[in-house]
This record gives sequence, structure tokens and C-alpha cells, in this order.
Amino acid sequence: MLSSRTEFLNGTKAELPILLGVLPFGMIYGVLALQAGLSPALALAMSSIVFAGSAQFIGAQLMAQGAGGLVIIVTTFVVNLRHALYSASVAPFIKQVPLRWKVLLAYLLTDEAYAVVITRFTQSDGSTALNRHWYYFGAGITLWASWQISTAIGIFVGQLIPASWSLDFTLALTFIALVVPNLKDRASVAAAVSAGIMAMFAYTWPYKLGLFAAAITGIVIGMLVEQRRNHSTLPDQQITDN
Amino acid sequence: MNLWLIVIGMGFVTFGIRLVPIVLLGRFEIPDLMQRALRFVPPAVLTAIIVPELLYRNDQIDVSLTNVRLLAGLIAIVVAWRTKNALITIGVGMIALWVLQFFIGHG
Repeated sequence: MLSSRTEFLNGTKAELPILLGVLPFGMIYGVLALQAGLSPALALAMSSIVFAGSAQFIGAQLMAQGAGGLVIIVTTFVVNLRHALYSASVAPFIKQVPLRWKVLLAYLLTDEAYAVVITRFTQSDGSTALNRHWYYFGAGITLWASWQISTAIGIFVGQLIPASWSLDFTLALTFIALVVPNLKDRASVAAAVSAGIMAMFAYTWPYKLGLFAAAITGIVIGMLVEQRRNHSTLPDQQITDN
Repeated sequence: MNLWLIVIGMGFVTFGIRLVPIVLLGRFEIPDLMQRALRFVPPAVLTAIIVPELLYRNDQIDVSLTNVRLLAGLIAIVVAWRTKNALITIGVGMIALWVLQFFIGHG
């Protein structure tokens, strides 16, 4: 059986390679939150209060555009809904721990922590079961600390950079870098293209409601294309079987 | 609404999403329809933010060759597609923007 200390350190170590990708993004967030007009205190506080990279990027961008509070909060909800899947998926592995642990671990649940933790949980045998929440805590707190520190560095650097450098454009570039490589099938391409077209026409709607209209358009079109493909593959296979 | 209140609201919904399934497991199952929809949330939402950033200047659609953000964005899309590397995409996109601004102007 592994001690809580060993498990904590194992979780920390497992998270380290991921930090290479996380640290630049924390810094970019810090820089462009300031460019978007947030105060340094608010930009830093968002990293600990929200602690969700993509939602923070989107939130800062929407605040810069003067979107309504309700729109920003509902957008955050939609963007972070995937965490409900992560939460449901780790739940059986930590169901024995006290509620205060669940509250702490839920706060630390991010894409990056989940990726490391669920890999370990599903692969490990009984020997690591007892202190596995320490492994989760080690991975989660490592990521948390790195996010806070890199945000602070970005805020510090961002205050030294003049607006003429157009660093706010890193936001659009970040989103391009996140979206384009994941357009692997026709349905997700259809979702992105239809959302983009709708966003183009609905951009000037009040309270950024055009963002919702575009997101919902993309999601619905993506699902329809996926469904049609699933239906159409069946007859094709029957024809080749005959 | 006060920006601090908005951030607290964002934190509240994010924490709620992360906490509720962990605590209520067994009484909670994510419907199949929502699970299928979730896959399309990132491409739809992010593209909906990217497109106006590239196309609009001063609340007007601008698809001319003097729209440097559109040109730099298109270059970044190609780089992202070919390299699948986020940092290279951001780096090349920013350099493209600066070079275009130098020759064409900020617009």
C-alpha cells in the first residue's frame, strides 16, 4: 500500500509534463485579461475563483466587448459543462472519501488534472486504492499553483506591453489553435462552419445574444450531420455485404 | 453588472458543475442527448467568437485586403491545421499580424 505522501508526490510528478503546455497559456491569459480592460486584481482573482482556462479566456473577451453579466455566466456554464462528465467519471473512484475532500477535489477538477487522474485510476490495481485521493490532490494542486503563478507573471508582463503590440489578438489565435486541430470529422466541421456563419450575421445583436444563437446553431447542425451519417452508413454496408 | 459579481457568478456555476456529479453519483446520469451535444460545444462556441474577431472592424464587416487581422487569422488557421501545435500557431499568427501591420497599417 502506498502512503498518502507517496501518492501526493506521484500525482505531482504525473502533472509536470502537462505544465509545459499550461504555463504559456496562463501567461497569455494574464496578458490579454489586462488588454481586455480587467484590473490586475480581477484578472488574478478570476484564476482562483473560476479556475477554468477556456472559460476565463472567453469571459475576459466578453467583458472587453461589454457583454451582459447573465450572458457571460451562462456562456461559462455551457463551456464548462464537459466538467460534469469528468466529475461523474471520477466519482466512483473517490466515493469513500469525506465530503470536505469531495469539495476540495471538485474545485481542482480541470481538463489537465482529469486527464492524469483518470488514467491512473482506471489502470491501477488495489494497492493504490486507499490513498488515491492524495494522488488526485497532488495532480490538482500542482496544476492550480502553476496556473496562479503563470497568470501572475502574465499580468506583470502585460502591464509593461503597450496596446500597439496588438497582443489581444493572441486570444483569437488561441481559439484557432484549439479548434482547428480538433475538426477531425464532418460533423464537427459542420458545427464550426455553421456557428461561424451565424456569428457573422448575429454579431451586432444586443447582449452578445448572437454568440448564443451561433453556438446553438453549431451544436444542432453538428448533431444533425452526425445523425445523418450514422443512418446513411448502415445501408451502405448492407449493399457491400450483398 | 459589476465585473467582480460576474466573476463570482462564473466561479459559482463552474464549481457547481464540478461538484454536483461527484456528490450525487448514483442519483444523477447525464442524458445521452446532452452527451452527444457536448462534443460540439467547443467548435461551435469558439468559432462563434473567432469569426467576428477576424471579420469585424468598428462594428462593420470588412473582407478587404486591408483587414490585417483577417489575413493573419487565415494564416494561423492554415498553420494550426498543418502543425496541430498551439504555440507555433500563436507565434506565427502574431508575427504575421505584425508584418502585415508594418506594410499595410493598423487599419
